[in-house]
Amino acid sequence: MDSKRISIPSSQTAGTASQPLQQNMYLLAIKLRLLRQNCQSFLRQLCRHPSALLGALVIILYLLAAVFAPYIIPQDPFIGQLGNRLLPPSWAEGGQPEYLLGCDELGRDLLSRIIYGARVSIGVGFLSVMVSMAIGVTAGLAAGYFRGWFDEVFSRFADLLLAFPYLIFALGVMMVTGPGFWNLIMALSFKGWVEFFRLTRGETLSEKTKEYVEAAKASGQGDLTIMLSEILPNIVHSVIVLGTLRMGYMIIMEASLSFLGLGVGTRIPAWGSMIANGRQFMLNAWWISTLPGLALLILVLSINLLGEGLRDILDPRLKID
Amino acid sequence: MKLARILERILVSIPIMLGIAIIVFLFMRLTPGADPVDLMMGEAGHVSEQEMEALRQEFHLDKPIHIQLYHFLSGCLRGDLGTSYIKRKPVTTLILECLPATIELALGALFIALLISVPIGIISAVKQYSFIDRASMTAAFFGISMPPFWLGIILIIVFSASLGLFPSHGRLPFTVGLETITGFYVLDSILTRNWAALASTLQHLFLPSLALGAATAATVARMIRSSMLEVLRQDYIVLARAKGLTEYRVIVKHALRNALIPTVTIVALQLGVFLGGNMIVETVFGWPGLGRLVVDAIQRRDFPLVQGAVIIYAFTFVMANLLADIIYTFVNPKIEL
Repeated sequence: MDSKRISIPSSQTAGTASQPLQQNMYLLAIKLRLLRQNCQSFLRQLCRHPSALLGALVIILYLLAAVFAPYIIPQDPFIGQLGNRLLPPSWAEGGQPEYLLGCDELGRDLLSRIIYGARVSIGVGFLSVMVSMAIGVTAGLAAGYFRGWFDEVFSRFADLLLAFPYLIFALGVMMVTGPGFWNLIMALSFKGWVEFFRLTRGETLSEKTKEYVEAAKASGQGDLTIMLSEILPNIVHSVIVLGTLRMGYMIIMEASLSFLGLGVGTRIPAWGSMIANGRQFMLNAWWISTLPGLALLILVLSINLLGEGLRDILDPRLKID
Repeated sequence: MKLARILERILVSIPIMLGIAIIVFLFMRLTPGADPVDLMMGEAGHVSEQEMEALRQEFHLDKPIHIQLYHFLSGCLRGDLGTSYIKRKPVTTLILECLPATIELALGALFIALLISVPIGIISAVKQYSFIDRASMTAAFFGISMPPFWLGIILIIVFSASLGLFPSHGRLPFTVGLETITGFYVLDSILTRNWAALASTLQHLFLPSLALGAATAATVARMIRSSMLEVLRQDYIVLARAKGLTEYRVIVKHALRNALIPTVTIVALQLGVFLGGNMIVETVFGWPGLGRLVVDAIQRRDFPLVQGAVIIYAFTFVMANLLADIIYTFVNPKIEL
């Protein structure tokens, strides 16, 4: 897997006016080929890692269900029939085959609501990791590369944010902003970028001293080019691994906030609020709370399986044993 | 030199705490719709303009923000975190009332987490790739992926509703009387020799502790396993075996002592996890602790109470990190600066 670390100093590809265009195209072709080889070798390794592959397949299933939710749901997830109130799952006594997982306290089909809930969980989990990653990696690259006051300010601010337990901090932000999809993403990213910042900063500090960066500097490349096309490609695998592992955590955080009534709001089905609503019917209708939780558990488990698999493949230094 | 290092760590945490207080203050004060007087009056009904103005003066709200910050910080130092709008009591009193319940739950969770994780971690490392290792590491993987509130609900459905083994709500039923001295029910029942209350308290404590401690048990078991595996590869373990020591002595005296060094730090840091998780677990199990107080305050937009509790949470978290550092300095013989 060392092939992926090969990077061609882009000073050669950058080209000056005197260099023929042909040479640039040639180097671009080599880069693309290397990228393709890296991808192929990555996919081969993923296929040889059964748990990561399983995780990836389950995540794809969830993703498809979330994207095509309006087309695959068997019943209306928003409007229930009170006659179906607390209807048990189809395999239990008194269940009906058209309501596979039963109904909730307002007679709404549980399966359809769980499928819709995947949209919130995956959407919030993915977007909050993306926002955190974008902020953290940009700030981390700049802080590690330039050091100075910028590094000082961001590092101290990151230390401060780390002093707050995650859930408390997110709850505080949600209390101020109120429920909502984008507010949730903001609340989770507000502190989420810190981990990406610290990782990127540390890696940039160590990459900066390596020869290929010296070479790029000597060839007269600008700081921005060095950061983006020399250092970033060499640390991006660690960032991807962290991002995957953080996504499971963000999804649990989203569900926790929804559980406490500070999620996307009451009108949109989210797993956390479904679990909270089912709590009062725990004794006579166990399915309302447990099944959305099971959907959540399987998703987070799959993300963690994929994340640990990616770590084994992309970043073996961090492997646990 | 160890002392100097510890002193340095303590000094470093002072500006962090100051920063926390400032961030929390600015956050709460700059929030739209969080004007304390408006919120208080919303509860009290019709009040005249003069009374509003008097209240504003009383809370220093008529002064510029840096003066307000000064009053807030000096209040924090005196242990005065303001007054709750809704409960009409000092925030410090409310928090102190709830703290024993929360600490008792955290200690219970820590106890259960260590009880599960230490033996599992050791056995998994010693018998690597055995059935026990694979089964317990799979369980640990579930443990770290499981949302704590869902685990709590499953525990209630199985152990409380179906099997009737443990109660699902609160710390003690009304039928059992207990004279409170410290607020820690386990301690109080032992001090007053009230064995019925002790049994009931422990029963009430079990399920929430398990729900809160499960994720920690999983993390720590994985940690102990990996550091044990690391240690077992070292030369001095080979030497200990070559000397003819029994396997028990090799593992417990030589390997475990060294493997526990990184673990101790992780365990101290888990206090922060308990602080985050306790809001959820206390809500699920109706546990009258700090977590439930905060959740309630957030839902009712009781800003001073939230502000005070967030500061207490963050301070405790910083203290836990400090403690982890200090313990690490003492248990790790390599740190001799």
